[in-house]
Amino acid sequence: MSAHGAAGGQLDRFAVSPARRRKDRIARGAILAGTVIALIPLMLIVYYLLRKGLGSWSESFFTSDPTGNTFFKSSSIGGIKSAILGTIEMVALASAIAVPIGVGVAVWLVEYGRDSWFAHTVRFFVDVLTGVPSIVFGLFIYIVLIVGTGSSYAGYKGSFALALLMLPVVIRSAEVILLLVPGALRESALALGAPRWRVIFSIVLPTALPGMVTGVLLAVARAAGETAPLLFTAAATLKTNFNLGGFMNSLPVQIYSDVTSPTTAVVNRAWGAALTLVVMILLLNVIARLISRRSRLA
Amino acid sequence: MTSARPTSGATDMEPDAQPDLERQRLSGPRTQAGAESPSELSTETATTAVQAKPGLNVRLEQLRAFYGSAEQVKGIDLEFRANEVTAIIGPSGCGKSTMVRCINRMHEEIPGARAEGRVRLDGFDVYDSSVDVVAVRRAIGMVFQKPNPFPTMSVYDNVAAGLRLSSGRRGDIRAKVESALRSAGLWDEVADRLAEPGAGLSGGQQQRLCIARSLAVDPEVILMDEPCSALDPIATLKIEELIDQLKTRVTIVIVTHNMQQAARVADRTAFMLDGKLVEVGPTQEIFTNPTDPRTEEYVTGKFG
Repeated sequence: MSAHGAAGGQLDRFAVSPARRRKDRIARGAILAGTVIALIPLMLIVYYLLRKGLGSWSESFFTSDPTGNTFFKSSSIGGIKSAILGTIEMVALASAIAVPIGVGVAVWLVEYGRDSWFAHTVRFFVDVLTGVPSIVFGLFIYIVLIVGTGSSYAGYKGSFALALLMLPVVIRSAEVILLLVPGALRESALALGAPRWRVIFSIVLPTALPGMVTGVLLAVARAAGETAPLLFTAAATLKTNFNLGGFMNSLPVQIYSDVTSPTTAVVNRAWGAALTLVVMILLLNVIARLISRRSRLA
Repeated sequence: MTSARPTSGATDMEPDAQPDLERQRLSGPRTQAGAESPSELSTETATTAVQAKPGLNVRLEQLRAFYGSAEQVKGIDLEFRANEVTAIIGPSGCGKSTMVRCINRMHEEIPGARAEGRVRLDGFDVYDSSVDVVAVRRAIGMVFQKPNPFPTMSVYDNVAAGLRLSSGRRGDIRAKVESALRSAGLWDEVADRLAEPGAGLSGGQQQRLCIARSLAVDPEVILMDEPCSALDPIATLKIEELIDQLKTRVTIVIVTHNMQQAARVADRTAFMLDGKLVEVGPTQEIFTNPTDPRTEEYVTGKFG
């Protein structure tokens, strides 16, 4: 039969075979199952955080420092005020150090270093740093700034450790985003007679901003949740402290010490603190997304 | 960037005698005292400004361009006459774009790329070591293949970008933006949308926005690298009409793959092949009575 064959013949030619239909269904099912399986632990984490953490939330939970009296009745153990403020202070200082340096390195790599051997060396070491366990950064600061100087623990030393931890994440994510900025934009700005530094500040960075915010947030979230670099740099303390030169409490360290306590109320405080940390990072994400959406015209 | 800042001894290094004014203008950002005031904000001002400053001659002398060790432009001598439209035609990869990018020194922005020879802007060599590359690019504007308005900027800011991105010589930005948009034939379409994102315009409008953007810094030469290849026929027609109007105030070099376009807009046409100039002459002659058989083969569609 030719191409002008009967309608029935044409239908047969274009019909999907049952075998293919079956394979399609199995493949779709497998992908869906994989997605659901990956979601289960995530949902469980959120569920447990809410169930166990919400119970310990109260006004005094956020407004009082831990008392250290962990063997008495639950009302006397205190809250997590010093831990919340300590985390905010130390992460803020760490971001203030790591974000400008990290973005600067990324700009250099993309706009100037490009394919030079030095740029490749920098990229290699940044990759190595990304894989270094967080406790190593803590140890490094401990040896250099505490053992090396013979001084004591301090909040700013914790910030330095966190900044080191954030730096490779900021550099790598900013570099990827800067590479996505079309070369045509740089060219047309240069062709207008703009000096290179102005092209970077007025065209490249604003275009890359929304993407870079996401990368910076990843780094901030990672730093905010780290315990190991703070254990022997900022130490743990009970009192709220606004002086970054003194001992400083933080949420991860508080959780770490609370969760090993034999007292149920203190363990519950750890859940409450964990929920607080998650909510803080969530809020930060939402705020930063709103800001970057507003700043993006296109 | 390799260019050195201008030195005071620059005059001695240049063999061709140059009016001092021109040299100062090319060697650094100029300051224009008493720039247009808001009261002068009218089309009339734009037209008088047009006549006040004509385009410049551009002459290539033994221009060679390289990507690494590969020679893409192999020694070209060619003149673009002031206030004329010169079209560059030739098959893909013949070095048209590379040659044009050498004129405002954009070629050297590509890693590993370099150029040799001279590009004279009314006699002044833009490859002279004393020349500020930024000043060269302000005198020689460029429009690219794809419309590329700055995505973070509004229509207004896109046109003002060239004025704001360079130091000195700002004057009345508002008036210059309006004048540039009028010259690009875009004012009536965007007058009430100046605050909207430039990327929200149609493709043809975006390309005219890019032309307005390069006009705003008041260049004497505009290089266009296949400016219509991403546009539909109606938008293309508008750009071509615009090119015809603009040549009263600037010298225009246009690279095109479309031979009808070359025939429509260009006063003179140059045919390039394999990095070399084959022939240049009045457009009419290149298309109807070329001297070189290769030109004839190309314009009659036998290859390319």
